[in-house]
Amino acid sequence: MSDFTFRDVDLVVIGGGPAGLAAAISAKKKGVQDLIIIERNNWLGGILPQCIHDGFGLELFQEPLTGPEYAQRYIDEINELDISYTLNSMVLEITPEKKVFIASPKGLFCFQAKAIILAMGCRERTRGQICIPGTRPAGVYTAGVAQNLINLQNVMVGKDVVILGSGDIGMIMARRLTLEGAKVHAVVELLPHTNGLPRNIQQCLIDYEIPLLLSHTVTEIHGRNRVESVTISPVDKNLKPIKGKEKKIICDTLLLSIGLIPENDLSKNCGVELSSVTGGALVDENLETSVPGIFSCGNVLQVHDVVDFVTLEAERAGKSAAEYILGKPRKVERIRVEAGNGIRYVLPHNIPSDTDLELSIRVICPGEDVSIGFFDGENLVKTKKFRKVHPAQMIKIKLTINETRAIKTLKAEVLQK
Amino acid sequence: MKKEMICVGCPMGCYLSVDYVGETIRGVTGNRCRVGLEHAEKECFNPERTLTTTVNVQGGNLPLVSVRTSKPIPKNRIFEAMALLAKVEIEAPVKIGEEIIHNIFDTNVSVVATKNIVKKD
Repeated sequence: MSDFTFRDVDLVVIGGGPAGLAAAISAKKKGVQDLIIIERNNWLGGILPQCIHDGFGLELFQEPLTGPEYAQRYIDEINELDISYTLNSMVLEITPEKKVFIASPKGLFCFQAKAIILAMGCRERTRGQICIPGTRPAGVYTAGVAQNLINLQNVMVGKDVVILGSGDIGMIMARRLTLEGAKVHAVVELLPHTNGLPRNIQQCLIDYEIPLLLSHTVTEIHGRNRVESVTISPVDKNLKPIKGKEKKIICDTLLLSIGLIPENDLSKNCGVELSSVTGGALVDENLETSVPGIFSCGNVLQVHDVVDFVTLEAERAGKSAAEYILGKPRKVERIRVEAGNGIRYVLPHNIPSDTDLELSIRVICPGEDVSIGFFDGENLVKTKKFRKVHPAQMIKIKLTINETRAIKTLKAEVLQK
Repeated sequence: MKKEMICVGCPMGCYLSVDYVGETIRGVTGNRCRVGLEHAEKECFNPERTLTTTVNVQGGNLPLVSVRTSKPIPKNRIFEAMALLAKVEIEAPVKIGEEIIHNIFDTNVSVVATKNIVKKD
């Protein structure tokens, strides 16, 4: 490693998307002077510049901003606070001793940090990950790649489109493609419910009369050079295609909006323990991972529905990293947090018994008039009622010190009616 | 008359059921806040949407600048607005918030840039 220029720095933030920007701003405001953001692309803001639709910022600014507008507010603040960043820079490795090795246009650097914030975001699942049978023609894109081509590079991806997966990006791209003159023949969803926000069903699909086929999937891709058609099929309760019910849709393009995976290769290699459910790090209430001084926030920790929650989470990570660097004493008795019946996950994974805090929860199935209970062993500590729950909508629940003081474990469960 | 819709006012996405006669709302159910009521009324009689799209840029670091209508415009004029914007071409640099089209379709709504485009070096 002798080719690397060594430098000491208090805080390294990996990733210059919404999470990295908010984490850096928050850390700086809490007193961390010497920090740097490392960004792989040649811009700040991550995915936001290509998300030209509006609806960002309703929670934090009470107005529906577009992605680039939302990003610019934080980029402006980064500049006002004089926070340094390096673009076109790739983190090669991080170590448990908090060395960060990077390749940048200015050369190879090794930062010895006091704390690190992981804010690398997520990447899209691809065709290979769900093993769609058929040929391998051009014209199969992930929704985010199509969004980048259309909204940033002025490249139209196709004329007759089928979209697999009803995540938000899939629905938003259905509208975008329609506005740009393509015909979207169907949005096909494996599950019996959509995977995105309900308002996108209205303003992206219903508004443009785009058919939404729930409990359906693509079972084959046809075409030699370019996609010529796809076979779709309804699925049974076990999500298996029903034989004999297949239908062919003539199209030249298939878009995939089939989920996002936290991009944790760097974290894994430095020994950060990951959750097999979220794909993100296991963290405590300070968003500190299993490696002391390494924090995680945003979509690399858990995939969020709206960017506002990414920002809020990242601000907490920035504050925690600042406290770690500036030496605020912490850690008391820990409470392990678990997901029980009907709950996909609860985050953080362990909490202290001496502070108020907020949990992020996702349920497994949609439901109405649902109660979520929190148990310490057999004892019901707290219940909270919801008029509506949906796997695509993260639930936030506040716990107070009075509720957590005397307990040893905490398990969240959907209560049977 | 009954009309079912999903409120687009915020990420909650309430499923609204609107009961109306002629131009009068008799009742809205399913909304969790005031935004839902206002949306239901608009949606029944005068549906509007904010349009976000892109406009061609000459000489910029990107070939397109993202734009939006400053306020929602009538839903039935969205494709007309797209056709109009497809013909627009502007010169870099572009500043976020800059007006690209003034008073589109005499609706008192302008089309504004939503990002900065710098000159290509």
